[in-house]
Amino acid sequence: MTFRRYLVLAFVTVSAPLGDSFLDKGMKQIGPVSLAHITTLFHAVATPWIAGGILLLIGFFASWLTALSWADLTYVLPMTSFANVIVALLAKFWRHENISLSRWLGIFLITAAVGFVMRGPSYTEHEKPGPARAPAKSPEGVCL
Amino acid sequence: MALHHTGLANAASIASIIVAATTGDVLIASAMRQIGDLDEIKAHSGLIGAIKAVITNARFFCGVTAMAVSFFSLLFALSHADLSLVAPASASLTVVTNTIAAKIFLKEDVDKRRWIAALCVCAGVVLLAH
Repeated sequence: MTFRRYLVLAFVTVSAPLGDSFLDKGMKQIGPVSLAHITTLFHAVATPWIAGGILLLIGFFASWLTALSWADLTYVLPMTSFANVIVALLAKFWRHENISLSRWLGIFLITAAVGFVMRGPSYTEHEKPGPARAPAKSPEGVCL
Repeated sequence: MALHHTGLANAASIASIIVAATTGDVLIASAMRQIGDLDEIKAHSGLIGAIKAVITNARFFCGVTAMAVSFFSLLFALSHADLSLVAPASASLTVVTNTIAAKIFLKEDVDKRRWIAALCVCAGVVLLAH
């Protein structure tokens, strides 16, 4: 694992909750959309918060695919779950919401899970089927 | 009796989310393993080459389709049950089913450390939802 790969994993973790938060803020600014005015949703895409949210979620998907190309699914999964911790911490320190004891315990468990996994190998190497080995021969050409 | 049916319907809709999400995750992970290291592909063929390698992979499209099925199953489940039940139940159980599926289908080396991590995430997601 290189520093660049850790950065990709960090982006996987941060971009999804940040993208969702951007979409939430953008849609709150627009207000409720009724079925009669469904075209409002198309205009919503052009607003800065929604556009930023969509870009972040595209970035999340790209970095998730990149991570899966050099790391195991069971290695990347806890990283994405860490997004739940970021959402809870944003709620606490940005929106000043109250975090209960059970939520703090949940934060601790997910953080511990990420710590556990990061200390192990990131990728399971599978043996690729190679060409059948020829039997060893003596210098005289006799099979041993 | 009606309560019993509601409980069964909720369980069935949550199960369909979990099955579709796990199928999607495993297919996408398998596709990326088949394609190879995207960083190396990008170094050889550029960004366009890397995008082409991903979007021309059939397994990737099957995975994305399964993820779409999971999303619509979630919407269907939310029309019957509360978000406070559906979201944590599906998110936490998907972590466990993904770990089992990765071990069986992707032949990943799921050691004791990864099992503990999966169970910690599962419990953590449930606690966060409270």
